[in-house]
Amino acid sequence: MNESRRRFLKELGCTVLGAGVALPLLDPTRLGTDVGKAASRPAAGGARASAAAAASSRQWAMVVDVEKCLREDVRNACVEACDRAHNVPRIPDPKEEVKWIWSERYEGVFPDEVHAHTPAATREAPVLVLCNHCTDPACVKVCPTGATFKRESDGIVMMDMHRCIGCRYCMAACPYGARSFNWRDPRPWIETDASGKPASDYPTRTRGVVEKCDFCSERLRVGQTPACVEAANAVQGGEGALTFGEVSDPDSDVSRLLAERNTVCRKVRLGTGPNVYYILPGATPAGDGRA
Amino acid sequence: MTDRPRIVLGLGVFLVLAAYPVWSALASSAPPERPELERATDSIGCVEDTLWMKAHHADLLNEWRTSVVREGTRTYVSTSGRTWDMSLTGTCMSCHKSREAFCERCHTYADVTPTCWNCHVPPEGGLR
Amino acid sequence: MLTRVFHGSRRYWALVALWAVLIVIGLFAYSRQFSQGLSVTGMSRDVSWGLYIAQFTFMVGIAASAVMVVLPYYLHDYKAFGRTVILGEFLAVSAVLVCVLFIFVDMGQPRRVMNVMLHPRPNSVMFWDFMVLFGYLLLNLVIGTTAIEAERKGVPPPKWVRPLIYLSIPWAVSIHTVTAFLYSGLGARPFWMTAILAPRFLASAFAAGPSLLILLALLVRRFGGFDVGERSIRALSVIVTYAMVVNVFFVLVEMFTALYSGIPHDVDAFAYLLAGLQGHAALRPWTWVGDFLAVACVVLLLVPAVRHRERWLAWLCAGVIASLWIEKGLALIVAGFIPSPLDHITEYAPTAPEIAITIGVYAVGGLVLTTLYKVVLSVRKDLQFA
Repeated sequence: MNESRRRFLKELGCTVLGAGVALPLLDPTRLGTDVGKAASRPAAGGARASAAAAASSRQWAMVVDVEKCLREDVRNACVEACDRAHNVPRIPDPKEEVKWIWSERYEGVFPDEVHAHTPAATREAPVLVLCNHCTDPACVKVCPTGATFKRESDGIVMMDMHRCIGCRYCMAACPYGARSFNWRDPRPWIETDASGKPASDYPTRTRGVVEKCDFCSERLRVGQTPACVEAANAVQGGEGALTFGEVSDPDSDVSRLLAERNTVCRKVRLGTGPNVYYILPGATPAGDGRA
Repeated sequence: MTDRPRIVLGLGVFLVLAAYPVWSALASSAPPERPELERATDSIGCVEDTLWMKAHHADLLNEWRTSVVREGTRTYVSTSGRTWDMSLTGTCMSCHKSREAFCERCHTYADVTPTCWNCHVPPEGGLR
Repeated sequence: MLTRVFHGSRRYWALVALWAVLIVIGLFAYSRQFSQGLSVTGMSRDVSWGLYIAQFTFMVGIAASAVMVVLPYYLHDYKAFGRTVILGEFLAVSAVLVCVLFIFVDMGQPRRVMNVMLHPRPNSVMFWDFMVLFGYLLLNLVIGTTAIEAERKGVPPPKWVRPLIYLSIPWAVSIHTVTAFLYSGLGARPFWMTAILAPRFLASAFAAGPSLLILLALLVRRFGGFDVGERSIRALSVIVTYAMVVNVFFVLVEMFTALYSGIPHDVDAFAYLLAGLQGHAALRPWTWVGDFLAVACVVLLLVPAVRHRERWLAWLCAGVIASLWIEKGLALIVAGFIPSPLDHITEYAPTAPEIAITIGVYAVGGLVLTTLYKVVLSVRKDLQFA
């Protein structure tokens, strides 16, 4: 190729590249939300009122009474309530299933508490599992975009569905298997009523993002307890199966339970600091509970 | 350069093709209709004034999302001093009731496809 | 220089056509995945990474291996590598490109890929992996094109290339170390959380990469009339041999720690690979073939009489690549997910669309490699007849 033509093409390429990179940077409203959002504000400035609690370092936590949750009606009520409150899809293929709270065998949940002489009824006992909203979450550590993050205001490990790129690194990092990925568009599998309306207004998710329990953050802010907690307590004999509260507040129900009862967490030695605590049954379960 | 006539011809063809939207619009007898929006019926007014919202509603929604999801704060104080709950379905759509009669009119005209309703539940129900 | 890629023999165009066909098939499969979601693959809630990430892991090793020719030549004046270096650098370019593409096709929301740059998170190893991979791609592209351009003009390369070359040496080590760190820092995955993972990655990279380079050098000699020299191939084969020795040693060391300690969560993944776990043994045949190949090849490579015979060397290099591909491009990633954190076993097998996309991505790498090598061969041919 002719030397001057080469130079022209090289300089043209560099100009295009330079302009392509520089122009978005010059227009702050075009950029991602971390930069330049102040420029979009009207002159007098609308502002966000920061709730008084926003500055506090609150940590929500849950205590699961495994014995009370051995009852199938209690566990089903929890799972049902969560699925309905968050439009969780019911995908039949176990490889692609999406679950926020569900039952697992005791043996899989507490592998360090099971030994050669643990009775089968204990091994098989169903235990409710969900995201532990850890104090030092492994998933948050590995997320390359900050799509999952530990919210400072209340300690909930949140998902920002708008930012998630679906790399599934968080799923590899979570020691508790708490996360589900949308391998396909979930909407065909979301329960709707006769007129096509889903069970709640909670945004469904799109294919290609990871999701998990978010401690019902949308209910907490209006002063309600998480859907699973409310549902469990509504079942006859299920009161106290799930207790929810601020572990950072020494007077809360959760703190009281933690002080009075023996509780364990899952995989404590990994140092993630889970905030879902389990009160283990005092005796071998009757043996008819099945996970 | 013996290629000059060819280059000039090629450039000319390119310019004609590239300007297609302009001269086809000028040439057409009926200009495309401006979108007719079904306005909100109640009188409390929008979060911010209409002109500002036309230009910046997308940025506002982005900010609201960041605030609600990432910071946990949900109360928005508008320029007029009124407080609002930062919610697409709860606040915006409670007045603008239908995405087809409101949102999509302008979006179709401008040929933009925001993906809000892929996840958010539209007010008229139905997961499409 | 790039105009050279448009003039070639019939065999060259047949090769380009082959790559193009494979790329088109891959694109069709990818468009299905793009619209339907990753459910078209064989991945699952338990095994959430599969063929794509495994290929990425393997190819990062190939990309890093360019340092094995760059270091001796530029730092220690090992003249025998004079004609091989450019082949190594361009192999690195196409390998890194393939890596980046594999990450891209694995993403659930590829449209949002720029979020990694717009919202950087330095605590995430994946963020750093993106950065070092792109940096390495740029480095090798600049170094390689400058070198071949200088050679074409018959002048020594410009002075500013030297610091870049020196930079590329630790950078090559870093890309594979950072990739190993993706896995070796996860407490949730005992199979991966081992300090020796990064050294293992480097050892297997320095065996697989130069093996591929030997095969490519033999190919360009046979079909392109460009001979890197017997000394160069011999030196590369020695590197392959000892890197493979170290790699086999590292794997045995890992097996010892896990199996002798008998700790169930450490044993499980090895048990799955070698013997099957609770009746699930999909990877067992692959594992045994890979391990047998590794040991057989390294034993044979250690015999100079065998190593010096180029026909045998070619087969052994292919065997090394195959065994390391099984180890990194299949076993390592999948077995990390078995059993799941809740002690379930979900097996993984890639689906046809997944394989088509994988082959398509490799074909992109093949096309880039072919065109870059074509440039090198054309320049060299011109110089020969100058």
